[in-house]
Amino acid sequence: MAVVAPPSRAIRPELVINQTHAAVTRDVVATLEPASRGYLLLLGLAVAMFLGGLTTFLILVKDGLGHAGYTPPAFWSVYITTFVFWIGIGHAGTLISAILFLFRSPWRTAVYRSTEAMTVFAVMTAALFPIIHIGRQWVFYWLLPYPNQRWLWPNFKSPLIWDVFAISTYFTVSSTFLVFGLIPDVAAVRDKVTGWRKQVYTLASAGWQGTDNQWRHYSRAYLYLAALATPLVLSVHSVVSWDFAASIVPGWHGTIFAPYFVAGAIYSGLGMVITLLVPLRRTLRIEHMITDYHFDNLAKLTLLTGSILFYAYGMEYFVGWYSGSTFEQTTFYRRAFGSMWWAGWTMIICNAFVSQLLWFRKIRTNLTALFVISIFINLGMWFERFVIIVSSLSNDYIPWAWSNANITWADWGILLGSFGWFAMWFLLFAKSFPIVAIQEIKEMIPLPRKRVGGQH
Amino acid sequence: MATGKRGRRAPGVLASFVHVDAAVDAIRALRARGHRNLVVYSAAPFHEIEEALDQSVSPVRLFTLIGGLTGCAAGFGMTIWMSLDWPLLVGGKTIASIPPYVVIAFELTILLGALSTVTAVALLSVLMGKRGISYDPAYSDDQIGVFVPAGSDQAGPVEQLLRSAGAVEVRRDAA
Repeated sequence: MAVVAPPSRAIRPELVINQTHAAVTRDVVATLEPASRGYLLLLGLAVAMFLGGLTTFLILVKDGLGHAGYTPPAFWSVYITTFVFWIGIGHAGTLISAILFLFRSPWRTAVYRSTEAMTVFAVMTAALFPIIHIGRQWVFYWLLPYPNQRWLWPNFKSPLIWDVFAISTYFTVSSTFLVFGLIPDVAAVRDKVTGWRKQVYTLASAGWQGTDNQWRHYSRAYLYLAALATPLVLSVHSVVSWDFAASIVPGWHGTIFAPYFVAGAIYSGLGMVITLLVPLRRTLRIEHMITDYHFDNLAKLTLLTGSILFYAYGMEYFVGWYSGSTFEQTTFYRRAFGSMWWAGWTMIICNAFVSQLLWFRKIRTNLTALFVISIFINLGMWFERFVIIVSSLSNDYIPWAWSNANITWADWGILLGSFGWFAMWFLLFAKSFPIVAIQEIKEMIPLPRKRVGGQH
Repeated sequence: MATGKRGRRAPGVLASFVHVDAAVDAIRALRARGHRNLVVYSAAPFHEIEEALDQSVSPVRLFTLIGGLTGCAAGFGMTIWMSLDWPLLVGGKTIASIPPYVVIAFELTILLGALSTVTAVALLSVLMGKRGISYDPAYSDDQIGVFVPAGSDQAGPVEQLLRSAGAVEVRRDAA
């Protein structure tokens, strides 16, 4: 009689606990079963927040941007802050799905689908903000290089146009990567469900049958997509950082901005991954697939990127002082001791200091503690962008024009609405598609063999 | 259950395996007997099966390369042409300045590289795939399927080989 090879011999047991191929399909398909009351409550809350944001947006369209807290000279405020925040969130998803794939890190398997979905929805959320911010949304297409009446073209020397290309490429490639990775898993779901759902999944599986020919092209293509997504993710937040660094505003004009922003983006994304996964694994009952071991590794990555950020914060102050420029020195002095000191310290404490708690294994494997830390990370990273953008703009070269940020209901409405929009898509995705990659988990679990220790 | 593509059904023998080494044994034995047009179904890509089938590297990489190079050329071409088309001289600086255009060219390299990769998979799966072949839902779950194209004269020995290799189910598809 054949026996299943003991999992411990082929894979580390902490990665997938007590699983067979059939059990993986069964457990993941079970996550798509009718929603629990808790799920519906969360979804309702997300939709309500989104509708609040939508109402605020419609008021802005009708009356103009005057409702938002734009206070001269700071014409980039909460909306641009939140844009950078959401773009940053996406980066951890690509790090886990593409970069760790190239590094052959087996622990990414259980968590990469959810983080990749997070990336797509975070970029979808971020992409709304430049549109909201421009005020006249109906002419947003002026950003694109299209032949217009006077044959004028965009200024490709402007970082803002680089950003249009970077963000749209990032969104297209991340969604392609997500959808492409989903196809074999959707086929597995198709083969398990019945009725109208079978028809929908049959359509979505694009004729996938898992033949050797399909796998041959698929595996190669997946590798190349990961190889293309890796430099892309590093470029996207570098380009976002150049929106600031290519200008001469004090506090922005730094050569460390690109790596500083990329590290911060991944750090913030990891924070959001932990915030999402802690409740998700319980709601969908997949604790045996996403284990403490995964959280331990996520926390280690958070610690690494948090420490790079700690260094960047220190270096920013050093460069400010060492530059000998009064404007730079004043900007950094005011970040810590000026009228916006509260925002400056929130950023430093939440990002540089709180992340250092993750040196302790006990904290890394305590999910309640991790969840609380992840909330601080989200908060801290939003404030980082707020401090960089608003404090620099409102205190630049002409002291008589200095002002303070003035956050209004329209800023809050759009900010909360963006969280609702993001959560709504994420929750809908988690109930409609496999949130754990069936196919890649199966790749790690050895198939049964006839010949194990001479048994037949 | 058969969910082959519409149209004529391909004649042959379909075997289901629960043991990967049994499936690999069957594939090797079939290939040794000259059966080259096998179709193997599995829920994930397994190296043992790839080795037994002695697969060549997928041509997808060629599409990726061509897509990437096209994107790079399009990025530089578009930015340089558009700058020269309406020249704005600012501070005596170069009209078509290459360093800032690297960003656009880079993004388009990635964009077209990725899109052509996915298009290649769709095209190659259709062009190089075989039609009208039986399938079983268990193949996306925990079984491995091996389909051997065979006429009625060859089907008997193939069935016997598959059973002796350890297939849990063997089915003959007539033309």
